[in-house]
Amino acid sequence: VAVTGREDRGTLTLTLAGEIDHHHAGEIMREVDRQIDVCRPRHLVLDMEGVTFLDSSGIAVLLRAYRHITDMGGNMGVRQVPEQAARVFRAASLERVIPFEPKPHG
Amino acid sequence: MPMPRKDAGTPLNEVIMAFASRSANEGFARTAAACFAAQLDPTLEEVNDIKTAVSEAVTNCIVHAYPDRLGKIQMRMRHFAGHTLEIAIRDSGVGIADVARARAPLFTTGGESRAGMGFTIMESFMDEVRVRSVPGKGTLVVLRKRLCARPGPDGGA
Repeated sequence: VAVTGREDRGTLTLTLAGEIDHHHAGEIMREVDRQIDVCRPRHLVLDMEGVTFLDSSGIAVLLRAYRHITDMGGNMGVRQVPEQAARVFRAASLERVIPFEPKPHG
Repeated sequence: MPMPRKDAGTPLNEVIMAFASRSANEGFARTAAACFAAQLDPTLEEVNDIKTAVSEAVTNCIVHAYPDRLGKIQMRMRHFAGHTLEIAIRDSGVGIADVARARAPLFTTGGESRAGMGFTIMESFMDEVRVRSVPGKGTLVVLRKRLCARPGPDGGA
């Protein structure tokens, strides 16, 4: 699993890749927290194009990032969500809290 | 927990495996389930649903059944006539005192790192989710899914 950060004028884009399950979630959460604390962005974007699998542990990752950025007064978007992850988000009604954009043909 | 005796006739195929409750085995378990499901010629969406449900059930064993020790997780995969897949996941861990409460969305005893959506996702992605648990003895989760019959080289049988 990889978390890659890129900052541009107050927007931090974190690209997540690999399998987001309970085994990897702790490491991803720590890295997302660290990058938010270093950059202190106004906008956080999670790009999930490279995520090959995600279960409810991924929901916990997103909710934690969302809480972290909103506590700092910022906002968050989630984009390029692959179909498998989108089905998990929909099953959990996550879009009521965090809107997301599906990956085209994903 | 004993495996359930009630079933839908004689399975066409069966695999039983056991593994340690290490989180690294979450990926192993869902990949094994996907491999077993392949003989039913599933769609990509069906494979993903099965992998996701298995991941949730196995993660529950690792996080909740054996909170402070390594234990054994048994996974029995069976294929029944009529394109039905059954995956039974059994542990000998702490058990669940109130199964109905554990199945409710957002309920978790796992703290901030858990979403409390495991059973909700299993129920969304499988046709049937049965849970039997005895506190102090363990938990059995039986997942069943009927896959779309697609005509294959052998007529979809």
